[in-house]
Amino acid sequence: MASVNRPLSPHLGIWRWRVHMLVSILHRATGDGLAIGGTLLFLWWLVAAATGPEAYETFLSIASGWVGITILVALTWAVYQHMMSGIRHLAMDTGWGYDLATSKLTAILTILASLTLTAITWALILYV
Amino acid sequence: MGRGTEIGRVRGLGAAKSGVHHWWLQRVTAISNLALVVWFIVSLVRLPDLGYQTVTDWIGQPLVTVPLILFVVSVFWHLRLGLQVLIEDYLHEGTKVASLLALNAFAVAGGLVGVFSILKIALGA
Repeated sequence: MASVNRPLSPHLGIWRWRVHMLVSILHRATGDGLAIGGTLLFLWWLVAAATGPEAYETFLSIASGWVGITILVALTWAVYQHMMSGIRHLAMDTGWGYDLATSKLTAILTILASLTLTAITWALILYV
Repeated sequence: MGRGTEIGRVRGLGAAKSGVHHWWLQRVTAISNLALVVWFIVSLVRLPDLGYQTVTDWIGQPLVTVPLILFVVSVFWHLRLGLQVLIEDYLHEGTKVASLLALNAFAVAGGLVGVFSILKIALGA
């Protein structure tokens, strides 16, 4: 394509941040982060389990260190944020929830739900 | 052109002639992901520990082996569709084509590694 400096439509920088934008961007960021980082970690876990006790122990010692736990908590949140935002997308696919008040409310709810579910999941893993 | 009314012949067909296929499959795999991911997380949390013996025994149960394989297929299919959109949005020309080919390779190979590992554990090889 010939590179001509045509005027561009206003981009991210000029808009006031709103929660709908944040949730939309988080949906892509969490989805793509999980697609790459999440799956690689998941495959490492499965392959280690299929390889044998020593390989699995190596995985477990790294995954249960503080770096491993931090990454796993972040991935858990990413799963829940993408899931909640995905449910919002499915609802909106039916034509529901496009008015500003509902759209803002459901966007806020995805964030509250993802943080709550992450906290519950890790509380169950670490303390129960 | 086929038979039918004019609207019937073009319904669902965009410029690429494949219409809403990608959009639809992304929704179908989203719903199967939803069920399978919730099952996966709840199951892991309910295991007494995540040690080698517990995890491999768990994967070896038929009612776990099969959903876990479905989980891998559904997740890798969904991420294949999702990353395709990312690539199409931000990359162009040759880089786009190369990235899409790499994505297909990653999705197919990654999914196969997952399924094979599950079967190896389940069949006790």
